Amino acid sequence: MTALPPFQTVLDEHSAVVMAILQGAVGRDGAEDCFQETFLAALRAYPKLKDARNLRGWLLTIAHRKAIDHHRARGRNPVPVAEVAEVAVENGIPEPDEELWAAVGALPPKQRAAVALRYGSDLPHSEIGAALDCSPEAARRSLHEGLKRLRKELA
Amino acid sequence: MKNPTGATIERFRARAAEEGLLDVAYATTDSPFGTLLLAQTRRGLVRVGLPNQDAEELLVDLADRISPRVLEAPAALDEVRRELDLYFEGKLDHFDLPLDWRLSSGFRQRVLRAINRIPYGQTRSYTEMAAKAGNERAVRAAGSACGSNPIPLVVPCHRVLRTSGALGGYGGGLPMKEGLLELEGVLGGRSGT
Repeated sequence: MTALPPFQTVLDEHSAVVMAILQGAVGRDGAEDCFQETFLAALRAYPKLKDARNLRGWLLTIAHRKAIDHHRARGRNPVPVAEVAEVAVENGIPEPDEELWAAVGALPPKQRAAVALRYGSDLPHSEIGAALDCSPEAARRSLHEGLKRLRKELA
Repeated sequence: MKNPTGATIERFRARAAEEGLLDVAYATTDSPFGTLLLAQTRRGLVRVGLPNQDAEELLVDLADRISPRVLEAPAALDEVRRELDLYFEGKLDHFDLPLDWRLSSGFRQRVLRAINRIPYGQTRSYTEMAAKAGNERAVRAAGSACGSNPIPLVVPCHRVLRTSGALGGYGGGLPMKEGLLELEGVLGGRSGT
């Protein structure tokens, strides 16, 4: 068994990835809350974690669940929706990639997570599968479907 | 893609503290001798890392021996930092901080508790400390208890010298020990070996 590193190390190394996937999954506004919920849940469970080898996969699994909770709490149907996510504007200047994020935000949850993990966090298929609790092949399919949809959306 | 902002991390720390999840809170602080690492539990100050010690290693050790819930939380260490700053300015001769002694045990802990009662600006010998801890012949063990002091500065192992008056050793290096004794006004031109 690998010893658990100080939680601060986990936070330093993986907070950017977790924030990235959450922004993709629930949008910028929801990501802040989901980020807090994810890391608090992780910190609560941390001392009992049996295996320190895949901390990122573990965190992303929690983040994924929090994103689903977020959608449920909003009473949104977590299956495909055609609506375009709200466009966040900071200081009156739209973020340059806002259109892309809106399109990613409108993807079905699994595709959305797969896209965010692959391009936001640069994870290989095997780790995306681990994070989404599915096989690498299923992760690849979700990613493929998500990209196809994005291309159509943004064409 | 943006990293979480400082404000996001700050909120996380605050909520972790509120929920009682901060098993070990730590911060770094400047001193005339270099950067110090300060770590505390809910019981009190548990570890002070001296400038020549590897902070990363100390944190891994704390995760291992106390709890892996180790988080940087500067605000939690405000009082410790304040007292240390005053001490280095020569304006504080007695720390009033709760201490967590769990990183030492048995004879070593008895030695360290005895050291903790040596007043500011005074020195004692390793032999005296061994005697206070209940075994005056265990001088070497008393020396190694000093050497393994998890809370240096606050538990003033720098005030323990050899019976001859020679400096003995110091985890932070002899120049630091000398500097601390000078600060406390007890190093009257002694040449240390």
